[in-house]
Amino acid sequence: MEETVNVICTFCGSVCDDGLFDVEKFKSKRFCKLGSSKFSKKERIKAPMIDGKEVSYEEAIEKAAEILVNAKRPLLYGWASTVNEAIRLGVILTEKLRGVYDQCASVCHAPGTLAVIEEGLPGGTLGAIKNRADVVVFWGANPMEAHPRHGMRYSISAKGLLVKDRKQRKVVVVDVRPTKTAKLADEFIQIKPGYDYPVISALRAIISGNADAVPDEVGGVSKEKLVELAETMKNARYGAVLYGLGVTQSRGRDRNVENAVKLIQLLNRHTRWVIWPMRGHYNVVGAGEVPAWEVGYQYAIDFSRGYPRFSPAEFSAVEVLKRGDCDAALIIASDPAAHFPRAAVKHLKKIPVIQIDPFPNMTTLLANVVIPSAVAGIEAEGTAYRMDAIPLRVKKVIDTNYWSDEQILEKLLEKVEKLMG
Amino acid sequence: MLEVEIISGRTLDQGATVEEKLTEEYFNAVNYAELNEEDWKALGLQEGDRIKVKTEFGEVVVFAKKGDVPRGIIFIPMGPYANMVIDPATDGTGMPLFKGVKGIVERTDEKVLSVKELLEAI
Repeated sequence: MEETVNVICTFCGSVCDDGLFDVEKFKSKRFCKLGSSKFSKKERIKAPMIDGKEVSYEEAIEKAAEILVNAKRPLLYGWASTVNEAIRLGVILTEKLRGVYDQCASVCHAPGTLAVIEEGLPGGTLGAIKNRADVVVFWGANPMEAHPRHGMRYSISAKGLLVKDRKQRKVVVVDVRPTKTAKLADEFIQIKPGYDYPVISALRAIISGNADAVPDEVGGVSKEKLVELAETMKNARYGAVLYGLGVTQSRGRDRNVENAVKLIQLLNRHTRWVIWPMRGHYNVVGAGEVPAWEVGYQYAIDFSRGYPRFSPAEFSAVEVLKRGDCDAALIIASDPAAHFPRAAVKHLKKIPVIQIDPFPNMTTLLANVVIPSAVAGIEAEGTAYRMDAIPLRVKKVIDTNYWSDEQILEKLLEKVEKLMG
Repeated sequence: MLEVEIISGRTLDQGATVEEKLTEEYFNAVNYAELNEEDWKALGLQEGDRIKVKTEFGEVVVFAKKGDVPRGIIFIPMGPYANMVIDPATDGTGMPLFKGVKGIVERTDEKVLSVKELLEAI
């Protein structure tokens, strides 16, 4: 293989496609701190394990298949940091097992999916935003820490076709604290935590000509400031609201996003606006899109009746775990032991857990069967959806003895089918 | 003792160490809470001090840091420490309340548990 190769980053939802990677030195160029950490040497799970004892891939997969087949209702969760080809097999496997499929968006941007079901999504690609957006509003999003190159490539200092540089683009940040992104903004609007919904409602009222109904202060923001922001939005040639977890993980959740989409619909009577979520993991979009095109839903899908049913109140991983509704779990490309509330982790500790992941994490500590996998984008190839649903082919640039997620799931599905007859 | 609202979220260091959860670097990236300077003074905190964060849903000991947050709000990086105290109720959405949970904060001499100890304590 050549010494320096082009690579596509498999860390965050920006999926930067302009990286260089020195295969010999195992070092990347051009990537941010997050991408550089992705493309660096780290501790790996050395070998497949059953109850801490090293075994072969075949033995671990056999054991995993037994656990899943013997479970009444297994939870198959994760999927955001693997490729579409693996996710596809995961959905088939869940259906076969009559289990529950859920993915990381469930604790991330899934409230936005609920809003989209209600209101649709007036969206645009990152390319359109880069080339056209003269006003960008980051709402409850802090890309300087979560998507460090987003601003440079698409939304803050990006040099576009029509909006040529930073001077031609107005950047507004709405957040509950002065984040690193807020410090780069032309305007920072600090709101009280949990007040996104009323602030959005106030903007809708002002833009629709009902400013009289807005009190002097909403969610910690003066009416004057809200009127100013509404004017900025109305006067944009092409505006983009890019929202983050500040909106989906706080009071109001899906309703915040729904209200924001309604604001965008209203703005589109005056000018052109789009709204888009700042998706976290590099293929969390795929973890939703793939089951959507296979079985009709993005997450929280139950197959216990032999056909897919969607209900986040019942079938999201956190709800399933809190109620003790699953008796085994397969966790892939994710770490719920670190990222779920303790009430959910509690049940995960009680049931047999199978983990498929390249790196040891907190879920490894409670997993009964651990199956190490190749790192997609470095050791395995496949397709991932960038945050704006543009599919990109991530590469294999290094040879490895680790099996890819796709290989592992293929074998696991084969075993499960054999055991189930 | 101080009444606060707890928010959690990503940081650059949390992201850069997220695939190395069992290392010292990850531990340091997620085991603290940022407080407003006034709140810091009100609690009589010194550099390196620990605080206990308590909510209806749990409690956790973390290191205290001065940060750019408004008074009455503390920020804990997303991860196992924050998740000890956030609200697991999803209101039917599947999404727990990771941001905006009411709680109290006090200075403590108790130690900050390691990631492994934390998981054992659940």
